[in-house]
Amino acid sequence: MNEFIRGLKRGFPICLGYIPVSFTFGLMAVKLGFSPLQATLISLTNMASAGQFAGIRLIEGGAPYIELVITTLVINIRYFLMSLSLSQKVSPDISFGKRSVMAYCITDEVFALAAMEKDEVSFPFFGGLMTTPILGWTGGTLLGAIASGLLSPELQGCMGIALYCMFIAIIIPPAKKSRKVAMAVAISALLSCMFKYVPGLNMLSQAGGGGWAIIVSAVLGAAFSASVKENKRRRKPSEERSQYES
Amino acid sequence: MNLNYVAICMFLMFATTYMIRVTPLGFVRRKMENLWIKDFLFYIPFCVLSAMTFPDVLYSTTAAGATPHVSMSAIIATMVAQLMSWRERGLVLVAVVAVAVAVFVEMGVPYIMSLF
Repeated sequence: MNEFIRGLKRGFPICLGYIPVSFTFGLMAVKLGFSPLQATLISLTNMASAGQFAGIRLIEGGAPYIELVITTLVINIRYFLMSLSLSQKVSPDISFGKRSVMAYCITDEVFALAAMEKDEVSFPFFGGLMTTPILGWTGGTLLGAIASGLLSPELQGCMGIALYCMFIAIIIPPAKKSRKVAMAVAISALLSCMFKYVPGLNMLSQAGGGGWAIIVSAVLGAAFSASVKENKRRRKPSEERSQYES
Repeated sequence: MNLNYVAICMFLMFATTYMIRVTPLGFVRRKMENLWIKDFLFYIPFCVLSAMTFPDVLYSTTAAGATPHVSMSAIIATMVAQLMSWRERGLVLVAVVAVAVAVFVEMGVPYIMSLF
C-alpha cells in the first residue's frame, strides 16, 4: 500500500501536465467532428498523445483501416522500446496478468518516471504512478471537447505547443548532463528536419502517414550514441543513469 | 461521420497501441546483458521525443482550421521552453509558460500594436 501511495505522489505532476495537452486533443477531436464521448473514449483506450492526434486526422479523412493501423503502429512503436526497457526494470516474478495491466499505461512520461527508480519497479508502485495520469488525460480530453465552442481558433492553435514544450522539458535536462544523450537527441532532431525539408527525402517520408520518419531518425540517433566511445570516461551511460535522472 | 466506421477505427487504434505495449513487458522476462542494447534502449525515448518535436513544434501554434505554417509565436515560445528546460523547471511549468508566451505573441502583440 505504501508503494501505491508513493506511486500516486510521483505520478501527480504528470497528471497536471497531461491536462493542457489532452484538453487540446479534445478541442481538435470535436473540431474534426467527433463527439465528446468518442474523444474521451479514444483517450481512455489509447493513452497516446501523438498517435491519437494522427489517428483522428486519418479517421476524419476516411482513411482505410490498414493505413490507420500502420500509422498507429509506426508512431507508437516507441512504446515497444519503452516496454522492452521496462521489462528489464521489473521483477521477473510479476505475473502476466499484472504485466498486462501495467502495459496499458506505458506513456512517454510515466515510463520516464518508472525508469528513474533506483530499485526494481513493483506492481503497486506502477499502479499508483499510472492512476492520476489516466484521470488527467481522459478528464482533460472531456473538458477540451466540451469547451471547444468557447475558445477562439487562435487560442486553440496556441495550445498546440504545450505537448511539444513538455517534450522539450523531458529532453533537455538529461542532454545537459550527458554529452551522449545530447548527441543522440541532436542527431534525431536533425534527421527529422531533413526528412521534412530535403527534396526527395520529404517525398519518401510522406509514405504511410509520415510516422516512420520519426522512428528512423530516433533509431539512428540512439544507435549512434550507443556505438561511440567516450574518450574521457569509460563508464557506459547505462551505469551512470542515476546521475542525470534524479 | 459513419458511426460504424469510427467505432471500428477506435477499436483498431486501441488494439494496435495495446499490442505494442504488452508484447515486450508481457513476454520478456530475461534480463539483457548486452551493454549496447541497454544504452540504445536508454537513449530511444529521448530520441523519439526529439524527432517528434523538431521541426513540428515550429508549426504547432497555427490557428485551428488553418494550413500549418511556421510562426513567430512558436519560435519564441520554443526558445523560452528551451531556456526554462535548461534551468530544469518542471514539465508543467514549461508547458504552461510556453502556451502563455505563444498566446501573447500571437494575439497580445497585434492587439497592442492596433492601439497605436
